[in-house]
Amino acid sequence: MSCNDSLTIGGREFSSRFILGSGKYRLDLIRAAIEYAGAQIITLAVRRANTNTEDNILDQIPEGITLLPNTSGARNAEEAVRIARLARALGCGDFVKIEVIRDSKYLFPDNAETIKATDILAKEGFIVMPYMYPDLNAARDLANAGAASIMPLGAPIGSNKGLRTKDFIQILIDEIDLPIIVDAGIGRPSQACEAMEMGVAAIMANTAIATARDIPAMASAFKKAIEAGRIAYLAGLGRVLDKGASASSPLTGFLSN
Amino acid sequence: MEYLPDMEILKDSTIIKDLLAHVNAYDYGQYATDDVRAALGRDNCAAEDFAALLSPAAMPLIEEIALRAKKETRKHFGNSIYMFTPLYLANYCENGCVYCGFNRCQKIRRARLNAEEIEREMQAIASTGLEEILLLTGESPKLSSVQYIGEACAIARRYFKMVGLEVYPMNTPDYAYLRACGADYITVFQETYNSRAYETLHPEGRKRVFPYRLNAQERALRGGMRGVGFGALLGLDDFRKDAFATGLHAWSLQRRYPQAEISFSCPRLRPIVNGGKTDFPALQEAELLQVILAYRLFMPYANITISTRERAGFRDNVTGIAATKISAGVSTGIGGHQERQEDIGDGQFEIADSRSVDEVYSALKEHGLQPVMNDYVYV
Repeated sequence: MSCNDSLTIGGREFSSRFILGSGKYRLDLIRAAIEYAGAQIITLAVRRANTNTEDNILDQIPEGITLLPNTSGARNAEEAVRIARLARALGCGDFVKIEVIRDSKYLFPDNAETIKATDILAKEGFIVMPYMYPDLNAARDLANAGAASIMPLGAPIGSNKGLRTKDFIQILIDEIDLPIIVDAGIGRPSQACEAMEMGVAAIMANTAIATARDIPAMASAFKKAIEAGRIAYLAGLGRVLDKGASASSPLTGFLSN
Repeated sequence: MEYLPDMEILKDSTIIKDLLAHVNAYDYGQYATDDVRAALGRDNCAAEDFAALLSPAAMPLIEEIALRAKKETRKHFGNSIYMFTPLYLANYCENGCVYCGFNRCQKIRRARLNAEEIEREMQAIASTGLEEILLLTGESPKLSSVQYIGEACAIARRYFKMVGLEVYPMNTPDYAYLRACGADYITVFQETYNSRAYETLHPEGRKRVFPYRLNAQERALRGGMRGVGFGALLGLDDFRKDAFATGLHAWSLQRRYPQAEISFSCPRLRPIVNGGKTDFPALQEAELLQVILAYRLFMPYANITISTRERAGFRDNVTGIAATKISAGVSTGIGGHQERQEDIGDGQFEIADSRSVDEVYSALKEHGLQPVMNDYVYV
């Protein structure tokens, strides 16, 4: 295993491959979640940070953590671009996770509008990480538009259903030369591990940790699962037999030298 | 009653026809425990499951339903509970709803805040830390015109990050205008979906036009509103049928307008000012909870607002299970948010939870919930 197995996004290096979402928590528990997750990147809804109250989520995020503001609430490219600019003006840095959603039921991302927003924001110097439905053509367009990573969903946001789009995510891993980060649907550490074994670059999770009975313990479990999956991927998974043992008399045994 | 000449008709909409066909066919007596259990076993509730969850057969399973609802609420909203307060701008009304404290025949003090008074009220509300406001008027397009409401929205936008409206139904261009003035969502209570009862309960005024009111949310969405709220005044008629209709109404609009943010309000009939009593049977707390839980399972992603008509203990517990939005520091009179000022117009109904913003905030935290003042950025 390589000693230096860091994740590089937009020229920045991270040793952790666990991106933690910050929504859905009681604010006083976020700090512990971050610590036990060992996370270095935390997503943050600009709309949630857009408050004057004492309970601002921004105050709960320790220094040294990279903020990944998201554009949740945007329903088209134009709104996403404006929210991203607002995030930068609020001092959240250059990273931005594009979310364009015009479906209130499943919160499915709109790939076409996401591509448009990515194009505009990448040109403005943002490090753009788009949330998307795993479609190869859209992923290529996002890469060409200047995305720094691709963030396909495993299952609908908050569903905790795991890697329902596994085969399509595998295609993105195989075909796109950018970090592929599974963004939604991961409900259990075992699912995070499975995705990492496939060669996913990182995992983003929120609901699974935020709604656990013991938040720090679940954050820690995810951290370990993600690390295990990464090591397994780098180690090269061994042969898995389809059906039972190999035949003792091979089918091609009749061949002469 | 026929549409009035100035009322917009959505000729291409099939919502009313589809909805009433379903509601009229809803026979909640036909559901048994097994139907309720089947509904609880499904990932996504269909209309038929919703119907079972609202039936009397579901009542013995209310604990199980509550556990499932809590899980769904947590999945979609985590610990977040949104806080807001209503501001009553005016209580002039042209309607004659027989159950309402603002009814035009009620001898109450009538008032309308002017721009300066609105601003002072909003400053007082904003100083409590709230960032979402709900503006209400009585239903008088003459005395609380669209322009007047628009002006209030524009002032509200300076003090609040989210502006909701609970005003009389209007046409699509009016909704577009109010959206441009800064409104984010509208709520219209249908009161009852039983059109015959509706006509009896609303003997006069523009409100008498049942289909115009029913299509208000669709016109608002066409006018560009981000969200729409639904509610029947439970207890006016058969509450199970009205709750079923409310859910189906919201569901059918969400299918046609998938971007729409949906919310439910769950008012039940309360005593009105002047000691008015109604002949309608009171809804029990358990029945109200059943309705709220059924909404949650049918549309798990929708916001559910819990009214100050309910006592503090009920509100605090329901927010941990299914409701996601709670008002605080409520005055249903006109004016009265500022210190040392009495309200200048009477309220619409009596409230059962008069706690301040700070008190509700603390109560939510004590229940392990996270009060959220704003979750929206207007761009």
